[in-house]
Amino acid sequence: MPEIRNYTLNFGPQHPAAHGVLRLVLEMDGEVVERADPHIGLLHRATEKLAENKPYNQSIGYMDRLDYVSMMCNEHGYVLALERLLGIQPPLRAQYIRVMYDEITRLLNHLLWLGAHALDVGAMSMFLYCLREREDLVDCYEAVSGSRMHATYYRPGGVARDLPGTMPQYKPSRWKSEAEVERINADRQGSLLDFIEAFTERFPQRVDEYETLLTENRIWRQRTVGVGVVSPERALQLGFTGPMLRGSGVEWDLRRKQPYEVYDRLDFDIPVGANGDTYDRYLVRVEEMRQSNRIIRQCVDWLRANPGPVMVDDHKIVPPRREEMKADMEALIHHFKLFTEGMCVPAGEAYAAVEHPKGEFGVYLVSDGANKPYRVKVRAPGFAHLAALDEMSRGHMLADVVTLIGSLDIVFGEIDR
Amino acid sequence: MATAILQFFKTFMLWELLVGLKLTGRHLFRRKITVQFPEENTPISPRFRGLHALRRYPNGEERCIACKLCEAVCPALAITIESALREDGTRRTTRYDIDLFKCIYCGFCEEACPVDSIVETHIQHYHFESRGEQIMTKEKLLAIGDKYEAEIAAARAADAPYR
Repeated sequence: MPEIRNYTLNFGPQHPAAHGVLRLVLEMDGEVVERADPHIGLLHRATEKLAENKPYNQSIGYMDRLDYVSMMCNEHGYVLALERLLGIQPPLRAQYIRVMYDEITRLLNHLLWLGAHALDVGAMSMFLYCLREREDLVDCYEAVSGSRMHATYYRPGGVARDLPGTMPQYKPSRWKSEAEVERINADRQGSLLDFIEAFTERFPQRVDEYETLLTENRIWRQRTVGVGVVSPERALQLGFTGPMLRGSGVEWDLRRKQPYEVYDRLDFDIPVGANGDTYDRYLVRVEEMRQSNRIIRQCVDWLRANPGPVMVDDHKIVPPRREEMKADMEALIHHFKLFTEGMCVPAGEAYAAVEHPKGEFGVYLVSDGANKPYRVKVRAPGFAHLAALDEMSRGHMLADVVTLIGSLDIVFGEIDR
Repeated sequence: MATAILQFFKTFMLWELLVGLKLTGRHLFRRKITVQFPEENTPISPRFRGLHALRRYPNGEERCIACKLCEAVCPALAITIESALREDGTRRTTRYDIDLFKCIYCGFCEEACPVDSIVETHIQHYHFESRGEQIMTKEKLLAIGDKYEAEIAAARAADAPYR
């Protein structure tokens, strides 16, 4: 009998389950994966190099585009590193706003992950339900920053603008009557905080709905339980962070272990998995959504009670308010200096890591005292996770590779950078 | 023991699948959340960052004084400005181009503008039919500003307390 050679299968980059531009070279023995070789670099945009040629503030918008499903968390990593270099601390209200938007971002990320993951595995309706909640959250993004995705909202020294007091409202059309519009606009009558609070009130039931559809479902469990098991020791060795690590049973969360901003004042739990398989990682992320909801609730309460500045009062770093700039000569000079030269950051280096929805997102900044960074290094959590795909998928079937890609929660914007 | 028996029967009755079907069935008869897109739009806030426009003062004079702050602050280098003295001795742009393929809609140009000239408007539905149309020239930008001045001014006024 002739010897049968392994079959090499090219998975992606156009495969719809490849989550963007992942190209996997799979060595198959029948339908069993012998080796998975991820090829990356198809979305490389040289963000790090680009940032070396721009004044500090101008790179914030490019950080949004790294992991393009959790935009503000990327900004947060960059801005935090920059603030450490500058040695400044944003006002408390700005810190609460950042934490609230970080958690909104976490919901955005996990909702898209859940929808896309379930869609890959075969549950179509999940995607529709997840995107329904996502719509409310991108509205929060839009109300505060003017952009539904790429917000450019966090700035060194605070956030760009305070939370708005009104929400945009739907208008009657030939499809929607006055009464209908009044019903959809019910949550939009008050401020943005009222809108977010209304969302946090209905969101736990929505998570219950997702769980009704998936958690006990036998098809979902057959596809996820025992797939891609990573032991806690191995997860640490592979450099896992975030839900991937917690799914394996290691209780590690930067929000608790190295609290930044105001996470040490907030009350939340860290879910931890037991078996380290795809199903546990799913449970961890779903529970994280509930915890994020709790954090958002606490932030809303605090923000409502404590108005105040959202930017530091230092016009060497933060541009003056517009009225001031138009009336005062010195403010105008600051305005011009900041928008042409930017700010000069003291020489040194800083690393700041945030608990990004996908894991530890870190930014390492080196400054030589100029108005541009000497070096920016982005530590993307997805990169380490994707590197483990080979080990996780060995011995599994081809269809499980799709489940694993979903479970890794990879986004190519951050892996290729 | 009782739960084990219950679990046994639930397994054979496809219980969790039926519960899931009940949920989707309930949603089938719920009011739809769909927006009928071309006829209606989702609401957008006064901070929305869409297509650019150049504004004029109420007396018809263009606001832009060619200070080139927007050109300096643009992260994507999408703005190109050339300027010259006009007959009346004021400094004005002779060329103001925004390449919309380069623009990342960060809104820094609007933040930088000391005379509220360049703005990012609420306009979000636009298209190009041939190569080269993505370059917004000064004439095009001023025309957009003239056409939508009322909306632009209203949005700026609504957001003024926060800026």
